[in-house]
Amino acid sequence: MSSPAGKRAWLLSPFMFLMGVFFMLPLVLIVGYSFMTPQETGGVMMPLTFEAYTKIFYETDFDGKKVFDPSFLLVCWRSVKLAALCTFLCLLAGFPMAYYMATRPPAQRNFWMMLVTIPFWTNLLIRTYAWILILRDGGLINNGLRGLGVLAEDQSISLLYTDFSVGLGLLYSYLPFMVLPIYSNLERMDWKLVEASADLYANRWQTLRRVTIPLCMPGIIAGSILVFIPCIGSYLAPQMLGGATYMMLGTKIESLFGAAKDWPFGSAASVALMATVMIGLMIMSRRGGLKELV
Amino acid sequence: MSQGLSIRQVSKIYPHPSGEVRAVDNVSLDIKSNEFFTLLGPSGCGKTTLLRMIAGLDIPTSGSIILDGKDIAPLPAYERPVNTVFQSYALFPHMTVAENIAFGMKMRGRPREEIEKSITTSLALVRLDDKAERKPSQLSGGQQQRVALARALVNQPKILLLDESLSALDYKLRKEMQIELKRLQRDTGITFIFVTHDQDEALSMSDRIAVMEKGKISQLDGPQEIYHQPSNRFVASFIGICNFVKATSLGLSESGDIGFRPEDAVFAQGVPKGKIYAGGTLNHITYRGSVTHYLVQLDGGEVVTVAEDDPINLKAGDRVTLALPPERLIRCAA
Repeated sequence: MSSPAGKRAWLLSPFMFLMGVFFMLPLVLIVGYSFMTPQETGGVMMPLTFEAYTKIFYETDFDGKKVFDPSFLLVCWRSVKLAALCTFLCLLAGFPMAYYMATRPPAQRNFWMMLVTIPFWTNLLIRTYAWILILRDGGLINNGLRGLGVLAEDQSISLLYTDFSVGLGLLYSYLPFMVLPIYSNLERMDWKLVEASADLYANRWQTLRRVTIPLCMPGIIAGSILVFIPCIGSYLAPQMLGGATYMMLGTKIESLFGAAKDWPFGSAASVALMATVMIGLMIMSRRGGLKELV
Repeated sequence: MSQGLSIRQVSKIYPHPSGEVRAVDNVSLDIKSNEFFTLLGPSGCGKTTLLRMIAGLDIPTSGSIILDGKDIAPLPAYERPVNTVFQSYALFPHMTVAENIAFGMKMRGRPREEIEKSITTSLALVRLDDKAERKPSQLSGGQQQRVALARALVNQPKILLLDESLSALDYKLRKEMQIELKRLQRDTGITFIFVTHDQDEALSMSDRIAVMEKGKISQLDGPQEIYHQPSNRFVASFIGICNFVKATSLGLSESGDIGFRPEDAVFAQGVPKGKIYAGGTLNHITYRGSVTHYLVQLDGGEVVTVAEDDPINLKAGDRVTLALPPERLIRCAA
């Protein structure tokens, strides 16, 4: 252990160990499982096969023939669509929130920051469950509307187990991840530039479009990524607010590992999720990227 | 009356836990067209607040700001024919030099050809012809300063406001920019209102200077008057060094204090004719390159500074006689 190289390796080993166990190993296992054969009771066995990946596109019918089955791709598409919509709505709601917070006097900012972070003090499962209580037929909204006489006693609006409830749940879960990066970006921004813009004949909208938003782009991109990625594979909101038949990538993968006991297909679906995220990010970085928005 | 800028009883009052802060306190002044006007004062005297109210970045608590016969006080910054060079320049970091300069004209919807032409002209005006496509971060402080100037001047404002615009530059560059600013002002014929705490800068560039203290104007005059006939002790001490001694210490029979500038006193042999003189002892000599400062303790006990261009063969402890031309004595309010 006296040579510099040996010392270096020794000092690096905790880092390498953590990287290996926490980042590489699960990923390698998932990719490995996706090329194996399912066991009846769950788990995997030999031989190696591409079977799991063909299940993404094809279904085997009663005659043992493979026919094209778009159902998994549709789940993918729905997840991407919902994640993109949710990212957009988070941005639409989050930017003004962050702007308001960043323009308060410093003492007040901490108060607003606390309000945004308080939900993290408790579990997302519990907070999502609270939305069930709000949205269900006998929930806060429906009861409230009945109390106001908007709805008759035997009427109710179905809010729960719809696209709306899932979307709302996603928006609720991930809004802070949009607000915080934008806020920290705006807080660090040189507000003299906004004054310079006003001095140079730009009204408030022009200043927002030409100066504030372009300067805030790093925060907007960071926020969008932080919302989009967990959104696309989200499990809790579609599971609890979407109902048993509502399938997004997260819930689909869970059902493949759980009910279907098809670990290779589940692993292949996870790899497909990663690929989808990567493609989505590439599209976003090209679209949301930089020059065109300015 | 109708031409130029007229500030009428303008106040800016900030609420404060212990009462209120009068950043600008009932100030009235007139600035002529094509004038190089300077607001001079220590930090916190209200000069920047006054400038920001002219720009529209702060709203006066009361009073009116009349530009060419029209009250602009209620107008937002982006509707005023006035542009600012900020202390930190405030160049847009995400735009090139050319885009920075084009910004104001673009916001006013000027045609593209006109904008292109103006960019070329104004880059030439500030001698940055080859830097159009650079980002501000790729320029030196002096170059950034000139981009900020070009960005403001290209809009042909009625008034150009400069907020401590030279203070971030080093000494040599600052001297160069002082000459450059004067040239730009002459060439463009635009009214410049310049805010500074640097009395050298104010004296060397301005047509007129308003010295401010605690939100009020202490004196408004030309540079020579401000220097040689300060209206009160604050102005006299803020602009250069001024010795104040009891009149009796100079052998005068009046009451109160008399002031004089270090360079107006000379060391005399014997008793000079037609001059006021005082005896004393040399305390300390400070060599400062172009001048030498001598600290002299008068026989009355007061210590004064005397400045001589050429070193004189004196040493600490020597007896000296100071001579002062009577017309250079400063008699002003406390």
